[in-house]
Amino acid sequence: MNQWKNFSKGFIRENAVFSLFLGLCPTLGVTTSAVNGLAMGLATTFVLVMSNLVVSLVKNLIPNKVRIPSFIVIIASFVTVVELVMKGYVPVLFDALGLFIPLIVVNCLVLGRAEAFASKNSTWSSLVDGMGMGLGFTMALTILGTVREILGSGAFFGMKMISGDAMLLFILPPGAFIALGYLILLANILKEKTT
Amino acid sequence: MEYVLIIIAAVFVSNIVLNQFLGICPFIGVSSKVETALGMTGAVTFVMVIATLVTYLIYQGILVPFDLTYMRTITFILVIASLVQLVEIILKKISPPLYQALGIFLPLITTNCAVLGVAVLAVQKDFNLLGSTVFAIGNALGFGLALITFSGIREQLDLLNVPRRMKGVPIAFIVAGLMALAFMGFAGMV
Repeated sequence: MNQWKNFSKGFIRENAVFSLFLGLCPTLGVTTSAVNGLAMGLATTFVLVMSNLVVSLVKNLIPNKVRIPSFIVIIASFVTVVELVMKGYVPVLFDALGLFIPLIVVNCLVLGRAEAFASKNSTWSSLVDGMGMGLGFTMALTILGTVREILGSGAFFGMKMISGDAMLLFILPPGAFIALGYLILLANILKEKTT
Repeated sequence: MEYVLIIIAAVFVSNIVLNQFLGICPFIGVSSKVETALGMTGAVTFVMVIATLVTYLIYQGILVPFDLTYMRTITFILVIASLVQLVEIILKKISPPLYQALGIFLPLITTNCAVLGVAVLAVQKDFNLLGSTVFAIGNALGFGLALITFSGIREQLDLLNVPRRMKGVPIAFIVAGLMALAFMGFAGMV
């Protein structure tokens, strides 16, 4: 398999958020600022890469019937690692992301890749796939975070660009839905242009 | 009275889907027909209430006394996964049409963040046993309310002349945004 294609598919063509609509809960929940989106994306990428790696290594040892529970335990272990590391080293981010850190375990994207890709492909391909999908997810979260931060608090990665309030709506829950709706529209247009 | 407030807060004020962003995948995925939305709500309600009850007991009875609270995520997800399996077996037996309709989304309740999210929140908020159960019921109702209303709107949306590239998911998100805006009106209630 062409590894570059395998890696790059996660960015536009099979982007988790814009095309597959997976992992939407953290996408909407944490993207009140670009930094939060980036951090969440990287945490998810770590879990995704590690779980893809382990699943592809043990895929022949796991009986087919207990496949899903085994994958979940593998994923949950790495999520616990992320949880403890973030709590210890970046408590500010840990508080900002809150509930969504333990919820990486139920991110459809992570389980989806373990089931649909890592359990059928070689270790190396799975690793590349995890990287591509994870970074594509990170990109989507960072874009959404940036858009919401600029519109909602008039700041870019924490740097204030205007004084006073901006369109507060985009920081609040409704703004997340509306901003993502328009971003998916843009992604659709982009996809039509490129194909 | 305290429990009534928990329910009102969970259903309207901090609605699990529109305010907390949990369970977005089924909210977008199975909301194209009211009928499937009803089935999904039923399955989620059942799993959510039992899962919250069981995880609460395990957390307070085993994890806290033995100082194993860092095992919370793994334990909770295992309990939920087994419960979902149980519901699947029961549903397959007693209602094959419903089983057919829910299709792929039934196993996906395992990865429905709403179920795990409510179980974790109930523990974090330090409710007692009854409080946690009421909290789970409230959130399940909130999930159902959002999902069923939304699927009703989406059925109508199919008949409208939406710009081609907006069809399907993009317009659904914008509608969800407007619904979330409406739900913000409940903010001062509790």
